[in-house]
Amino acid sequence: MKVLLAKPGLDGHDVGVKVLAHGLIDAGFEVVYTGLRKSIEDIVDIAIKNKVDIIGLSILSGTHLLLSGRMKEVMDRKKLTTPWFVGGNIPANDIEELKKLGASEAFPTGSKVADVVLYFNTIKVVA
Amino acid sequence: MADTKINSAKGKTAKDLNVKPVYLESGLEVNPVYTASDIENSDIKNEMPGEYPFTRGIHPTMYRNKPFTIRQYAGFASPEETNERFQFLINNGQSGLNVAFDLPTQCGYDSDDPMAFGEVGRVGMTVDTLNDFEIAFKNIDLDKITVSLTINGTAIILIAMYVAMAEKEGYDISKLRGTAQNDILKEFIGRGTWIFPVDKSVKLVVDTIEYCAKHVPKYSPVSVCGYHIRESGANPIQEMAYAFCIAKAYTDGALSRGIDIDDFASRLSFNFDIYGNLFEQIAKFRGGRRLWAKIIREEYHAKKDSSCWLRMIAGGGGGGLTKEQPENNIVRSAYYALISALSGTQTMALCSYDEAYTIPTEHSAEISLRTMQIMIHEMGICDTVDPLGGSYYVETLTDRFEKAIKDEMKTVEKWDGIVNAVASGKIQESVSRQAYEREMGVQTGKVDKVGVNIFTREEKAKEVEFHPYNQKAADDQIEKLKKIKSTRNNQKVLECLATIKKDAQDDKNLMPSIIAAVKEYCTVGEIVRAMKEVYGEFKEPIFFK
Repeated sequence: MKVLLAKPGLDGHDVGVKVLAHGLIDAGFEVVYTGLRKSIEDIVDIAIKNKVDIIGLSILSGTHLLLSGRMKEVMDRKKLTTPWFVGGNIPANDIEELKKLGASEAFPTGSKVADVVLYFNTIKVVA
Repeated sequence: MADTKINSAKGKTAKDLNVKPVYLESGLEVNPVYTASDIENSDIKNEMPGEYPFTRGIHPTMYRNKPFTIRQYAGFASPEETNERFQFLINNGQSGLNVAFDLPTQCGYDSDDPMAFGEVGRVGMTVDTLNDFEIAFKNIDLDKITVSLTINGTAIILIAMYVAMAEKEGYDISKLRGTAQNDILKEFIGRGTWIFPVDKSVKLVVDTIEYCAKHVPKYSPVSVCGYHIRESGANPIQEMAYAFCIAKAYTDGALSRGIDIDDFASRLSFNFDIYGNLFEQIAKFRGGRRLWAKIIREEYHAKKDSSCWLRMIAGGGGGGLTKEQPENNIVRSAYYALISALSGTQTMALCSYDEAYTIPTEHSAEISLRTMQIMIHEMGICDTVDPLGGSYYVETLTDRFEKAIKDEMKTVEKWDGIVNAVASGKIQESVSRQAYEREMGVQTGKVDKVGVNIFTREEKAKEVEFHPYNQKAADDQIEKLKKIKSTRNNQKVLECLATIKKDAQDDKNLMPSIIAAVKEYCTVGEIVRAMKEVYGEFKEPIFFK
């Protein structure tokens, strides 16, 4: 199972996303990491090219709603149905809104690596 | 009787005494007891504060004359708001301010660039052109305040703007004071506001050092940040070692331009982190300070003592704070402040207890300020210099840190030096692995964290808060930029940008051509694009496979 971890926009906080990358690899996932400063279009293209099973967006600068809106738009345009989730500084009140925009789940900072792995494994079962 | 007890434990390890072994975050093992024999061969007995190699502090009396400087961070969205804040501070007797910039300014995009969408003015002041600096510093006497620019990727442009503004207003730039963070190498390891390839990025830092040494000698063009490296996962030994390797890379660059070590080294300062084991951090600072002095004197042959000083801001500690039971962070920060003071810092700043999850309130910022003030005014922290000097444990650990930092620097040399180790992603890979191991240590309970994995209690989820994005302010900024672009001399703008490209191709110092360009109101984005055409862009090494 292949996971794309991505850093959209200008936010440079990448400690958390790299911690998750290590954790997923140790749990047996294949991880593709985009590196910093990618546009949503770049990210969706990388997802298609690598045929990933899940896309994760790491956002800590407060732009998660704006960027997720853009994600929905580009995913729809490219007719991509890969499940995607958001991690980072996500206020609890925004999680519903993110799900409305098409995110499968949101993992605020402080989430346990084990919980994310567990969640991805449930996606695996569904897939 | 007591004496017998001490002697019975002398030089004994945990194993000898049948107690559980203790290892510091850096991996060093700590003995259950230290005695006079541990520091028998140490030179510390003869060393005075203010004397080379400065283990005990860079000044003879340290805080007795003047306590460390308290500096709190602040970010204001628009140049107009920044100006108001300056006026307020000056009227209240303060003389310095850190200016934070928004991400487009830090990454080299103008406010109207699609990449700036949603980010204009979000985490600091927006700068598109010199006009924004002119608004921010309107009616401010630059001789009376010192401005600290928290800027890295575009530092050469913003330093050029500061100098250009001063020149235009008739100041003598040879007397101009101020500082810039301008430590691009650490941006590749943590924080991430790089633009150009690593070698070209270092060249630009050296350009600012050379220009300042020759024309703006009272300006401090670089503050080397171990802080962000530690927050990215480095341990305390690596924090110091990588910072010293970075400082040496800039120093080597400056010397290769013919600058004398004594004309540059005393303007270099450092920014370090303060969370973790109390004794480990204090030893880190004392051992690091001694090692840095030796490097500057023995390797670079500096004559002036002030060239050998490890001048530092030791503060923050964000990596140690928790979202769980956040009030505990007030207590943690008080210990961190104590670490910083006992280590002989020049400047201190503390994180607010609530900033792990929300916008710090005025109340939480006040608690940080009071924490430092209580220490200064009630705890006697300023009475005597280096109060832990001579402690068997602290001196032993200080010696071990000096050696460990030196060894770690040798490891970097084996990786072909810091510039190559950063360009190849070697350092990023190893610190990110450590960040993961450390996080898993906390998540699985191997590393104790109060309120997180021990002494926990049921808590309501903390509400994360952001400043709402001010679209109107962003639109105003874009409007202002449009107006500047239509009123400036666009022929001259093109000429200036062409000169920057030519100078970049000829490998000249870019400060003069950038100063000329910003005076014609070339934008940050235009200048960065011109430079990218020659230098290209950094390609981030990806090490997950």
